[in-house]
Amino acid sequence: MTVTASGALPAGPYDVAVVGAGVVGCAIARRLAHHPELRVALVEAQDDVGQGTSKANTAILHTGFDAVPGSLEARLVREGARELAAYAAESDIPVERVGALLVAWDTEQLVALPRLAGKAVRNEYHDTRLLGPADLYAREPHLGPGALGALHVPGESIICPWTTTLAYAVQAVRGGVDLHLNAPVTHAGRTDGVHRLGTPRGTLHARRLVNAAGLHADTLDRSLGHDDFTVTPRRGQLIVHDKFARALVNHILLPVPTALGKGVLVAPTVHGNVLLGPTAEDLDDKRATGSTAEGLHRLREQGRRILPALLEEEVTAVYAGLRAATEHDDYRIAAHPAQGYVTVGGIRSTGLTASLAIAEHVTGLLAGTGLDLGPSRPLEPVRMPRLGEASPRPHQRPELVAADPEYGVLVCHCERVSRGEIRDALAGPVPPRSLDGLRRRTRARAGRCQGFYCGAAVRALFEEAQR
Amino acid sequence: MTSRHVDVLVVGAGPAGLAAASLLATTGARVEVLEREQSPGGVPRHCAHRGFGNRPHAWTGPAYARLLTEAAVHAGAGLRTGVTALDWAGPRALTTVGPQGVQTLAARAVVLATGARERPRAARLVPGTRPAGVYTTGELQQAVHLYGQHIGTRAVIVGAEQVSHAAADTVRAAGARVVALVTELPRPPAAPARTLDARLRHRTPVLTGTTVTELLGRGRLSGVRVRHRDGRTATLPCDTVVFTGDFVPEHELARRGGLVLDPGTRGPAVDGALRTSRPGVFAVGSVLHAVESAATAAREGAHAATAVRDWLTDGTGGDPTDPEWPGGVPLVAEPPLLRIAPNRVTPADRLPYLLRTALPLPRPVLYVTQDGRPLHRERCRRATAVPHRPLTLTARWTHLVDPDGGPVHVTVT
Ligand SMILES: Cc1cc2nc3c(=O)[nH]c(=O)nc-3n(C[C@H](O)[C@H](O)[C@H](O)COP(=O)(O)OP(=O)(O)OC[C@H]3O[C@@H](n4cnc5c(N)ncnc54)[C@H](O)[C@@H]3O)c2cc1C
Ligand SMILES: Cc1cc2nc3c(=O)[nH]c(=O)nc-3n(C[C@H](O)[C@H](O)[C@H](O)COP(=O)(O)OP(=O)(O)OC[C@H]3O[C@@H](n4cnc5c(N)ncnc54)[C@H](O)[C@@H]3O)c2cc1C
Repeated sequence: MTVTASGALPAGPYDVAVVGAGVVGCAIARRLAHHPELRVALVEAQDDVGQGTSKANTAILHTGFDAVPGSLEARLVREGARELAAYAAESDIPVERVGALLVAWDTEQLVALPRLAGKAVRNEYHDTRLLGPADLYAREPHLGPGALGALHVPGESIICPWTTTLAYAVQAVRGGVDLHLNAPVTHAGRTDGVHRLGTPRGTLHARRLVNAAGLHADTLDRSLGHDDFTVTPRRGQLIVHDKFARALVNHILLPVPTALGKGVLVAPTVHGNVLLGPTAEDLDDKRATGSTAEGLHRLREQGRRILPALLEEEVTAVYAGLRAATEHDDYRIAAHPAQGYVTVGGIRSTGLTASLAIAEHVTGLLAGTGLDLGPSRPLEPVRMPRLGEASPRPHQRPELVAADPEYGVLVCHCERVSRGEIRDALAGPVPPRSLDGLRRRTRARAGRCQGFYCGAAVRALFEEAQR
Repeated sequence: MTSRHVDVLVVGAGPAGLAAASLLATTGARVEVLEREQSPGGVPRHCAHRGFGNRPHAWTGPAYARLLTEAAVHAGAGLRTGVTALDWAGPRALTTVGPQGVQTLAARAVVLATGARERPRAARLVPGTRPAGVYTTGELQQAVHLYGQHIGTRAVIVGAEQVSHAAADTVRAAGARVVALVTELPRPPAAPARTLDARLRHRTPVLTGTTVTELLGRGRLSGVRVRHRDGRTATLPCDTVVFTGDFVPEHELARRGGLVLDPGTRGPAVDGALRTSRPGVFAVGSVLHAVESAATAAREGAHAATAVRDWLTDGTGGDPTDPEWPGGVPLVAEPPLLRIAPNRVTPADRLPYLLRTALPLPRPVLYVTQDGRPLHRERCRRATAVPHRPLTLTARWTHLVDPDGGPVHVTVT
C-alpha cells in the first residue's frame, strides 16, 4: 500500500496517472485497481482525498429524474445511482432513502410539476407521484404555510459524501494504486508516448493520463492542446443545522425549477443534520469557497418560508462548494486516443451520484485508447466506519465496546465520537493530515459546539499520531 | 445492558452538580454523579485565572474544581468520570455510556447540571473562509492550560465582557499578542477596571460599536474584517480569533427528555426550588442561565439539594404524574430584559432571581405584576444595569402570587 505526501515521486513510468483525487478521480482509480497488472497513480494537489468540490455538496444520491433526457449525464447518473446504492450497502457507507418532494409554492410551479413527472419518465424514472396539499402537509407537518402541492420522488436518497470518496480511495490503495498527495500537476507534456507531469515533488511519468481535476480540468486540458470547455465555478453556499432540526423534516425538500431560476433545498443528512442551500453564484475565482453575508441572509430568507422552525435551531456549520459548470449542458468526457488521454470535465452537480458509472465509462474509453487492462479480479470489500445515524454508532454496540472499551470513551460529545474511532481513523490506510480530514472521517468537532468541549482533546490525539 | 438504581443521579460534575451532590450525600442519600469528561470540575477545570468561589478572587478555577470535587467525594457521593448520560430510559432513568458500555441508571431524583457552552463562529453566521485558528474561549483555555498547544501569534478576541478578558489573558499566557477586543456594544460591557486594565496595562484596544464581518485566509487565518457602526471598515491582521461569550445552555438532555424549556434562557424552565416540569427532575447551574458565576452555580446546587431531599422524603418518587409536584406559574421578563431564572414561580419560592438586560439601564427599577395586579417594586442595587452582567431581584414577593392566576411579569424602567 502506497500513500505519499512528501519526497520525490517515483521515477518509473505508470501505466495510468489519474490527476485529481476527488470523488470522480478516486472512483476511477478504484475501478482501475481491478486490474492487477496495471500500475496506476492517483495524483492530488492537496493533502487529502476529496478535499475539493467533493467535500462540499448537498450529499444527495440522485435518481436522475430531472436530468437532460438523452444526455451522457442522464445515463451516468441513472446507472451510477444504482451502483452506488449497492456499493454503499456492502461498504457501510451511510445512505437513507428518504425520498424527495418538489414543493410548489405558486401556480407557475404547480403547473410545472406534471411536466417534471413527464421528464422523469423520459429519464426512465417511473415512480413519481403528484401530491395535493393535504398529502403534502401530512408528510411534512412543519412545512411553512402556502404550499400548493408537490411531486414525490421516492427514490431520491441521502448519502455521506466523505465516506464515499474515502471508501474508493481506500480500496484503490489497497488494490495497489499509488496515491500521491501534495502533488499539484503544474505542467504536462508528452514525449515518446509518455506523459510527463510536472509537480513540485518532481516529474511523474505515465503512458495514459486521466484528467479528473474538477474545477481545474479545463486548465490541464488546455495544456494538452485542447480547447473544448471552460470551467466557470458556480458557488453554492450551505448552512448546516443542529441535530434537533432533524425531526422537522422527513424528505429532501427540493425547489421546483422555473424560468426565474432554481430555489434552495432543505435536506436531512445521514449524520442527522439539516442542510439549507445551496446558492448559485457564477464566479471567476476557482478558490472562492468562502461564505458571504448576503448569501447566508438570502438562504435564511428562503428557509424561513420552507421550514420556519428551522431558523430557531442552532447552526453547526456554514460552507460553500464550487460546481464545475461549463458552457455545455452535459459532462465533458472525451477520449483522445492518439494522445493516450481521457478528459473528465464538467462534472458539475451530480458527480457524487454518477461517480461509479463515470469510472466504468472512463475505463472503457481508456481501453479504447489501446490500453491493455489485463486480467480483472474482484476487489477486497471495504468496511467503512459507520458515521450515519440510521444505524447504531460504535458506542451503541455492546459487543464492540465489550471487545474494545475505547469505543465507549466519548471524546467529541456533540457527535458522540469515541476515542476508538479517532484512533482507527488516524491509523487508517489513507490517514488524515489535518483536523478537517479527521473530522470528515469521524465527525469529531463537527457538532454544535465546534470544539468548545472537545477541540483541544481531539487536536491532542491528532498531534500525538503525527509524531 | 446492565441496570442499577440509586437515590439521586446528578448529571455533570461542574460546580453546580458537585455542590448538589456534596450536600445530598451528607444526608445519607445514595448519590451518583456522571461526568462525561475524564476529570471532574466542569468549566473551572480549564480557567487558570483567579476569581472562583465566594470570596472575591479566592481561588483559581482548577483549585476551585478540586475543592468541590474533594468535598463531594468526601461526603460519599459516587463520582464517575468518562461516563456520558446519553438519553432518558424512563421518567427518572438515564442510559449512559462509558468504557463499560451502555448502562441504564434509575434514580428517585435526577439533577441536571450539564452547564453551558459558547456559540461558535458558525452559529454566529460570521461569513468568510474556514481557516484554522478559530476558537471559542472554552477550546482556547483547554488548548493552552490543559494541553500546552500552540495557538498562533496574534489573536483578535470577539467580545469584551468578563470572559473575553479571560480569553485575552489566556492568549497572553500562551505568549501571543492580543490585537484587539471587539464588541458590537457601544460601551465596553466588562467592569470598568477590567477594560482600563486591558487598555492601559496591556495596551490592548477595546473596539466598541464594531462587528466582525468576515474571516480571511486559506489554511490558516490571516485576518478579520471589521465594520464600525459609522460605516468604516478595516482588516485586522491576525492568525487566531477567539469567539467569546454568547453562551447557550447545554440542554440536550433536557430537550431529549421533553422537559419544558424557557424561551428566554433556552434552558429547562424551573421554579424557585429548581424543579423542572417533570416530577423528581431538577436543574441547576449554567444550564438554567448561561452563564453566571461559578459561585452562583454552586449556590444553586446547594439550594436544590434541599428540594431534592424534600422530594425523597415526601414525594412518592414513583408516579410521574404525581399531583404533589407544584408546577408554579410562568415568570416572564419583558424587553429590554432578556431573561429571568428561575422562570416559574410558586408562593413558597425563596431563591433570588437572576436577570439580564439587552440595553444599559440607568437607575433600574423592577416591577412585578400578575394579571395586572402589582406584586412588588424594587430598586436595583446597581446604579446602572449593563448587558452581559447579572441583575438580581429578591424573592420577597412570591407569597403574593396567585398559584391559579396567570403568568407573572417582570418589567423594568
Ligand atoms: C453546492 C454543490 C452541491 C452539490 N450537490 C450534489 C449532490 O447532491 N449530489 C451529487 O451527486 N453531486 C452534487 N454536487 C456535485 C459533486 O459534488 C461534484 O460533481 C463532484 O464532487 C465532482 O468531483 P470531482 O472529483 O470531479 O471534483 P473535485 O472534488 O473538485 O476533485 C478534483 C480534485 O482535483 C484536484 N486537482 C485539481 N487540479 C489539480 C492539479 N493540477 N494537480 C493535481 N490535482 C489537482 C483538486 O485538488 C481536487 O481534489 C454538488 C456540487 C456543489 C458545488
Ligand atoms: C471561559 C469561562 C470563564 C469563566 N470565568 C469565570 C470566573 O472567572 N469566575 C466565575 O465565577 N465564573 C466563571 N465562569 C462561569 C463558570 O464557569 C460557570 O458559572 C460554572 O462553571 C457553571 O457550573 P455548572 O456546574 O453549571 O456547569 P459546567 O461548569 O459547565 O459543568 C457542566 C458539566 O456537565 C458535564 N456534562 C454535560 N452534559 C453531560 C452529560 N450528558 N453527561 C455527563 N456529563 C455531562 C460537562 O462535561 C461539564 O463538566 C466562566 C465560564 C467560562 C465558560
